Amino acid sequence: MGIVVLLDAFNGLIVGAFYGLMAIGLSLILGLNGVINFAHGTFMALAAYLAFTLMPVLGFWGALVVAPVLAAALGFLVERFLIRRLYRREPIYSLLLTFGLALIMQDLIRTIWGAQGQPITIPNLLDHPLSNTYFFLTGYRVFVVAAALLSTGALFAVLRYTRLGIRIRAGNADLETVATLGVNIYLLRAANFVLGIYFAGLAGILAAGQLGLTPTMGDTLIMPSFVAIVVGGVGSLLGSLLGGLLIGVASGVTTAFFPAASAVVIYVIMGVMLVIRPRGLLGQEGLLE
Amino acid sequence: MSATLARAAGAPTHTTPRTWLALGIGWALLIAVPFWIPFVGGYTDLASRVLIYALAAMGLNLLLGFTGGLSFGHAAYFGLGCYGVGLMLKYETHSTLLALLAGTLLGGAAALLLGPVAVRRRGIYFSMITIAIGQMFYFIAVRWNNLTGGEDGLTGFRRHPLHFPGLTVPLGTTNFYYFVLVFFTLGCALLWGVLQSPLGHAFVAIRENHKRMRFLGIPVARYIALSFAISGLVVALAGSLNALLDNFTSPNDLDYTLSGNLLIIAVLGGMRSFWGPFVGAIIFVLVRDYVSSLITNWMTVIGLIFVLSVLFFPLGVLGFLRRRSAQ
Repeated sequence: MGIVVLLDAFNGLIVGAFYGLMAIGLSLILGLNGVINFAHGTFMALAAYLAFTLMPVLGFWGALVVAPVLAAALGFLVERFLIRRLYRREPIYSLLLTFGLALIMQDLIRTIWGAQGQPITIPNLLDHPLSNTYFFLTGYRVFVVAAALLSTGALFAVLRYTRLGIRIRAGNADLETVATLGVNIYLLRAANFVLGIYFAGLAGILAAGQLGLTPTMGDTLIMPSFVAIVVGGVGSLLGSLLGGLLIGVASGVTTAFFPAASAVVIYVIMGVMLVIRPRGLLGQEGLLE
Repeated sequence: MSATLARAAGAPTHTTPRTWLALGIGWALLIAVPFWIPFVGGYTDLASRVLIYALAAMGLNLLLGFTGGLSFGHAAYFGLGCYGVGLMLKYETHSTLLALLAGTLLGGAAALLLGPVAVRRRGIYFSMITIAIGQMFYFIAVRWNNLTGGEDGLTGFRRHPLHFPGLTVPLGTTNFYYFVLVFFTLGCALLWGVLQSPLGHAFVAIRENHKRMRFLGIPVARYIALSFAISGLVVALAGSLNALLDNFTSPNDLDYTLSGNLLIIAVLGGMRSFWGPFVGAIIFVLVRDYVSSLITNWMTVIGLIFVLSVLFFPLGVLGFLRRRSAQ
């Protein structure tokens, strides 16, 4: 029994890492661009499909590097030509725009790659268990957790130490002042959007290797990512990651005891969090309450 | 004061003869639908669908357009209405009206209970929480297999004839259209009544300036939660009617895609006007019905409707017409 719970908890941790990566991207875009990016899940699926197509040429590692960049490039075009026009309008418009984009992109993916799932081959190096007792510790799963932590660490370093990162954080606090100080906030928001999409792409490829590659793979991940943001605390990227891991593990452990409730438990956690601590785990007090 | 406020808010005031005329013609056309719709290539069930989606979007619009609360989770209350009706008819009763009442109250009660949780956050975070709460019901419906039928949806129920003392009314296609029209009218009357009342004016004032309302000592969050509940109730009524129309319901009736569709219906028609969502529903349902019968990539067309109407038509049809007539 113990090992089963451990297995489910670890599975939950993996899924939670995907939630967390996705929530970080969503959170970035939500903060500076003020947009709930409904197309986040489809960008994620798109990156995974691009990786699938590139793999025969570039191999797994090459695709892992190139595909998120391609997705981010598309993200740049979307921000530049569509979302930028809506910054001054009410939030409903950007929300409906990304929602419509998600429909179009998903249809596109279905037309190009087919509605059925596609197999993703992961490198042999990562494809076997690391331990006989803890059989679920495959190289790939450990790699996923490591990659999530590493890329989040890199993001935090960028946000903390580079000029771009400092401007992004300043923009989150007060965009008008940043603009007054002579920063091109249009460029800043574009860069931020691209960064968010890059994270979606990365999560997409990692998730495809674990959960399978289907046109709707993003849909199943985006809702828990919203929950992760709310639970982790609005405006806190670290909170988004923690929230993702937390609900992932909680949902995994629930699978061991009461499988039918595993999808619902995360919403219960969100509800409890909203009642007892509306700002979430690491959210700042008073922000948008 | 309140009349000015109502006009500024786009609430129905019906002062001009032209509006009266448009309304008169509109209702006459609605009553006559079963007689003229075959001649324009439509069918009566399609008209029922338009009314149902219009009612749902108008209910949502009480919160969205008149209170300024952007809920992306109203499909949940629509779907709860559907499942309420389906389960009642399948297990408990043969009375269509009783099932309708149960479905409506189920969805309305859920909105009443969950509104206060959602209003703990504002702006886009409010939207995010409403989506997440809504999706919870989706997963419950998918997972609670033996009650809801899971992903395959709930079957095995159908609407029964209405029994009154000394009178039995079968609910064929035409009769059912009138059945829907009656409840559509009731729903509109409820929304209209709310918007004309001081409560409705408070909603509009919150939309315009919620900080000022708070300074005036109005418990803003409680008012938004109330708007949430009323709008959820109307959406649940629409959902209940939808289940009766199809004699079927599935998790799709709970999914956030439906919430998105209801929002775009409101925006497309004009979310600042009372009848806007009705116009939006006509356009949306007809286009979807037509396009999905023509091509397989109809999702792209729906997506394009979203993108294009947001970029080029943000006021919606009625908002556009009103602005033109004002100039």
